[in-house]
Amino acid sequence: MTKHSDIDHVSGTATTGHEWDGIKELNTPLPRWWVITFYATIVWAIGYWIVYPAWPLLWSHTTGIWNYSTRAEVVTELANLEKVRGAKMATLGSAPLAEIEKDPALLALARASGKTVFGDNCAPCHGTGGAGAKGYPNLNDDEWLWGGNLEQIMQTIQYGVRSGHPKTHESAMLAFGKEGVLKKDQIVTVANYVRSLSGLSTSPGYDASAGAKIFADNCASCHGDQGKGNQELGAPDLTDKIWLYGSDEATLVETISNGRSGVMPAWVSRLDPSTIKALTVYVHSLGGGK
Amino acid sequence: MNKPVNPTEVQLGDDGPLYAPQKKVYPQSVSGTFRRTKWGLMAFCLGVYYLLPFVRWNRGLGAPDQAVLVDLPNRRFYFFFIELWPQEVYYFTGLLIVAALTLFLMNAVGGRIWCGYLCPQTVWTDLFYAVERWIEGDRRERMRKDAAKGTMKLERFAELLLKHSIWLMIAWWTGGAWVLYFNDAPALVWQLVTFQAPAIAYIWIGILTATTYVFAGWMREQVCVYMCPWPRIQAALTDEWALNVTYKYDRGEARTSLKKANELRALGHPVGDCIDCYQCVAVCPTGIDIRDGSQLDCIQCGLCIDACDAVMTKIGRETRLIGYDNDINIHRREAGKPPIYRLVRPRTIVYAVMIAGVGAIMLYALLNRTLLDVNVLHDRNPVAVKLSDGSIRNAYTVRLLNKRGFDRVIAIDVDGPANATLHVVGADSVTQDRPMIVLARDTTTELRILVTAPAENNPEKSIPVHFRVTDIGLGEVASATDHFVSP
Repeated sequence: MTKHSDIDHVSGTATTGHEWDGIKELNTPLPRWWVITFYATIVWAIGYWIVYPAWPLLWSHTTGIWNYSTRAEVVTELANLEKVRGAKMATLGSAPLAEIEKDPALLALARASGKTVFGDNCAPCHGTGGAGAKGYPNLNDDEWLWGGNLEQIMQTIQYGVRSGHPKTHESAMLAFGKEGVLKKDQIVTVANYVRSLSGLSTSPGYDASAGAKIFADNCASCHGDQGKGNQELGAPDLTDKIWLYGSDEATLVETISNGRSGVMPAWVSRLDPSTIKALTVYVHSLGGGK
Repeated sequence: MNKPVNPTEVQLGDDGPLYAPQKKVYPQSVSGTFRRTKWGLMAFCLGVYYLLPFVRWNRGLGAPDQAVLVDLPNRRFYFFFIELWPQEVYYFTGLLIVAALTLFLMNAVGGRIWCGYLCPQTVWTDLFYAVERWIEGDRRERMRKDAAKGTMKLERFAELLLKHSIWLMIAWWTGGAWVLYFNDAPALVWQLVTFQAPAIAYIWIGILTATTYVFAGWMREQVCVYMCPWPRIQAALTDEWALNVTYKYDRGEARTSLKKANELRALGHPVGDCIDCYQCVAVCPTGIDIRDGSQLDCIQCGLCIDACDAVMTKIGRETRLIGYDNDINIHRREAGKPPIYRLVRPRTIVYAVMIAGVGAIMLYALLNRTLLDVNVLHDRNPVAVKLSDGSIRNAYTVRLLNKRGFDRVIAIDVDGPANATLHVVGADSVTQDRPMIVLARDTTTELRILVTAPAENNPEKSIPVHFRVTDIGLGEVASATDHFVSP
């Protein structure tokens, strides 16, 4: 590059010809391999601009001649994944519900796939592990409002509870107080009677025979004479240790006064049959399945 | 102003420049003890490397029958009677520690034995040199041919083409043997030949062909001198007793030609045995002069010993002017004392004891390792479930590892919570009192296990719970502990 042939005496290297106060600048050019690499990267960058999306335009961008896009890649990968899973999920879809838990491979598939679907769709109400909350049933225990065998669980998932779907579970508990069926003192008495059914303590001065009569007249039609509940109607067993809304007197008075009609959506229109099957097996395998 | 300085007068540091351009080395052929040792070790090392993948080992039906196999897709490593799972990779740590200590011990005994005889770089470079010598001729001939490169004849071109073709074939075979360790060798060879092998096999063969060809054909001693960390570490690890390839200058100096030596002797002047014939330099694969003393570039292959011995024999002087020795003995001989050799000294004893210790620990661990194992993971959400009758249930994810090559039936027992009952999700209800599960050979089985116990019998918030897995046939037992939690 430089034409100067001034040689520095100490190092024997050519100088650039620049001199400051007697100090000369040595001409130490970049190594050739470095320069070649540098130009190669520039050429590479130009090639990159041509084949890949690179430059922003006013309302769009250059797309490149390969039409590459990360979004399209995701779509392809998801489609491939669907293809891989499709066959397995089809096996699951065609297997009889009762057989799935007996086949370790199918059980593992149903549980793995069911867990994901559960997390996406059910967890907001029932919790990530299906532990439920007040008003949202715990799916791990052995108490089922609408039945806990595989067919019953699947039906509930498909059509929901009071979801508006024609096949949904419809019946709801009457608001005995609001509708004027029972007076306030009657409600307190029957609440104490309900507590006594599962061995819980009752308030002082509570009249057991009056409570039994009110229960027989108003509640037994759904909850049964013994208060054992009725899964056809979604009426919970009042004699066991599990309470969906709570077992204290105040909560029971509130329940009897205003009724309870929790809602669960119907999933039949949102999830495909194989997925609902996987979800059914997953919920059943949480531990409470009958 | 600047006073001109003659460039030749400029004092560079004593260490010289950090990098010197490669000067091509033309090692001359040589024969003798060390050359024979090197041929033997080369044949052994290459034989093991190329043929080991074809050795078969019967592990029973369904298991691979290759003696040494790294089965990456199935996460298994097979070495004859040993089968390791990924979680047992610490055996490799032990192996690496033993390898490092063995390297140190070799170094304390005989210097760079690894570099000179066993290192793949040495073995393949030696092989490539042998090919070069066979095609192009010995040292002088090769130097002459390279010097005449401006006027290349067709014959010379054919020679070079042949040499590089053979080098590439060896390199290709080297890469090919490498991939055979990762798949069933005979099947993969057939796939490779019929172009049916997976792309990754060809890619790895390509990579290793390139590295072998470049390292052994072109870079040669440059790898040892500039790339390898071991010469630096070795220099720091060695001591004054280690035997290294040494020019015994007490005997060799002053160097004098044969004719002159006789004249000087006649005049009563002291003369050394070295006749300055440069044979030690001519045969050196790294192109150094051993008479400059112990140095980083010297891989201590002992070929200079063979070369010097041949010359000494020819002129009727005692051999081993160059030999395995150390400075202590040189000084002792200068002082008129007999040489002493201390192979057994604290350093070698410590290394040997450490090798034996680590080896014993590994062997013990290997012989006592569990072939049946159980891991338990407590459900986090919910931690505990209250059932309708008031009893408590905890759920666990239980992983069972069957490392044996056959299926087996195990029984699961749980102790801890009082009056606990056990349920395995998906298992037959007939066996629920003491669940029996079939574990498939060489796999992990995952189960969901529910443990239920009455609340009144288990008032504590958290009770330790032991899962015990018993092989019904062999009586092998594995256990794991977790907790049983009340809500």
